[in-house]
Amino acid sequence: MAEIILQGVSKSFGPQVALADVDLTVPDGAFVVLLGPTGAGKTTLLRMVSGLDQPDAGEVFIAGQAMKGLPPAQRNVAMVFQQYSLYPHLTVRQNMEFPLKSPLLRTPKEAIAAKVAEVAEILQISHKLDNKATALSGGEMQRVSIGRALVRSPSVYLMDEPLSSLDAKLRADLRIELKNIQANLGATFLYVTHDQIEAMTMATHVGVLDHGRLVQFGTPREIYEQPVSIYAAGRLGQPHINILPADLFGPAPHGAVYIGMRPEQIRQGEGQDALVKRVERLGDQTRLHLAFKAHDLTTVIDAHTPLRTGDIVKIEPHRPFYFDADGARMV
Amino acid sequence: MSYSITEPSSRQKWIAGILVVGYALLTLLPLVWIIATGFKTPADAIAYPPKVVFTPSLEGYVNLFTSRSRVTPEDLAALGPPTTWYDAIVRQYDMVITGPSRYGERFMNSVIIGFGSTFLSVFLGTIAAYAFSRFKVPLKDDLLFFILSTRMMPPIAVAIPIFLMYRELGLSDTHLGMILLYTAVNLSLSVWLLKGFIDEIPIEYEEAALIDGYTRFQAFYKVVLPQAATGIASTAIFCLIFAWNEYAFAVLLTSGTAQTAPPFIPTIIGAGGKDWPAVAAGATLFLLPIMVFTILLRKHLLRGITFGAVRK
Ligand SMILES: Nc1ncnc2c1ncn2[C@@H]1O[C@H](COP(=O)(O)OP(=O)(O)OP(=O)(O)O)[C@@H](O)[C@H]1O
Ligand SMILES: [Mg+2]
Repeated sequence: MAEIILQGVSKSFGPQVALADVDLTVPDGAFVVLLGPTGAGKTTLLRMVSGLDQPDAGEVFIAGQAMKGLPPAQRNVAMVFQQYSLYPHLTVRQNMEFPLKSPLLRTPKEAIAAKVAEVAEILQISHKLDNKATALSGGEMQRVSIGRALVRSPSVYLMDEPLSSLDAKLRADLRIELKNIQANLGATFLYVTHDQIEAMTMATHVGVLDHGRLVQFGTPREIYEQPVSIYAAGRLGQPHINILPADLFGPAPHGAVYIGMRPEQIRQGEGQDALVKRVERLGDQTRLHLAFKAHDLTTVIDAHTPLRTGDIVKIEPHRPFYFDADGARMV
Repeated sequence: MSYSITEPSSRQKWIAGILVVGYALLTLLPLVWIIATGFKTPADAIAYPPKVVFTPSLEGYVNLFTSRSRVTPEDLAALGPPTTWYDAIVRQYDMVITGPSRYGERFMNSVIIGFGSTFLSVFLGTIAAYAFSRFKVPLKDDLLFFILSTRMMPPIAVAIPIFLMYRELGLSDTHLGMILLYTAVNLSLSVWLLKGFIDEIPIEYEEAALIDGYTRFQAFYKVVLPQAATGIASTAIFCLIFAWNEYAFAVLLTSGTAQTAPPFIPTIIGAGGKDWPAVAAGATLFLLPIMVFTILLRKHLLRGITFGAVRK
């Protein structure tokens, strides 16, 4: 059992508010992804849970136990840092052994060797085990730093953009591996990413942070399909959701100021004329950049569309979102 | 190996090489002279014009390590032929060896006091520098300035108070007294140098170690210390050079038990006037430990600090 509970956690650095009164319950065994633009407080939240920083106000509980005053070593958490910091005076192998050799674990020698070999295999870095930690590429360093977390079996894993510098193929492999590990160990994950696919495929829950506030918490589908605000809607979706004046396509509900449409909320072939400004062929999908009554919007279309710049397509909203003047969603 | 943005041309390399070698020769000249004088006879040592080519002799080294007394030629004859090579050298001057000189003891004092105070300066300096670098110390800037300010006057300016204080405390002419004194003088340098080095070590490493299950002290010991090795080594060399060569306080505060080599070497008196070869021999041997120490730590000095493993 390792449920993580944050109760009214606040943290400021001088005048800069990093976390404001965050209430969050991460159920045991959940995989929670934190979303938010740079500076939203994601790293700060992980540091509160790990014990590297203390909240100014509020409390953190792990597995029902108050964490106040407990040093990181006593919290049984593993953390992958955003600034993956490998010990530069050690080899890759020694880096990965380091947590197992801690006075808390005192793992026997054979168990250490076996565990390191196993994790290195998963992360595809077995051939680099005897390199100096400084003699690695960025992606290799990042995998070693994930390895340092995976060799242990803590009840909570904290990962701060752990896959950010890997190529697409490795990222896809490791996404599956991490998800497997989480499923097999039943461990609780708190995971920061800017990657939409990671968020949608790995998360059981998503938390959206805005200037230190937790503005929405729910399943990835909820966040995607039922965003509470323009801000939350903007966290997910590629291409980005189109936000336009509410009455652009015709009468809008009373009080609505903005209309929000993801590509699938724009029906093509019916409605009013829009001018094709640019066609972006990305391989698996093709994006259309349209001009509609002096507003720009972006949508997707069949990959092999014959449309070209200068053509006209008809569009109309299909079950769009409406937002009020403050950007809150109207239901 | 050499890697730079623009590789210097071979002519530039030659000019640089000549300049470096020329400068090295210039600074090494007095050293070469001292080493050479150590192997001259007293007559060659004071010859004018100075002798550059001479027959080497170990007289200086024999005189350095022995005390001798003059005997009449009859007594000398009665002793029979010399039994050792150093006996033979001494007897040319109608003298016999009566025992070892005090050079060995003074040298050992220098070793104990020099290395003792260096260890203490670096040990205390590392701990203080770590605290200044990582913790919120109240009045940190003022304290650091105060520590530095102890070096703003020449240490010898407080010679009289220290002399009186040491006499009262019974620290005059003791190893402990000299170790404490040199540590006090070196500590400000040590704290400042080491703080600079520790500041350069990103705090992320310690945070990672804390998460990995280590206490703060274990993180310091396992992660910070190995990375501060370069800084610790260079600081140790600076501290040792000061303590090893210090002359003024040694003259003032030591005379017997704890006298170090620097005040002792110039007091080596020969048969008629100063025994320059023995003085030069004493100085030459005195140079060795610091050279060896520096060469041993050179690897750390040259290695530089690694920043590679943190993504900035
Ligand atoms: N040690 C610190 N001192 C001062 N301000 C800080 C410190 N750590 C974080 N902050 C501030 O707190 C806010 C939240 O920072 P945080 O690192 O949590 O952002 P983040 O969501 O992780 O961003 P990113 O996606 O860029 O990593 C930022 O405005 C940041 O400038
Ligand atoms: Mg961050």
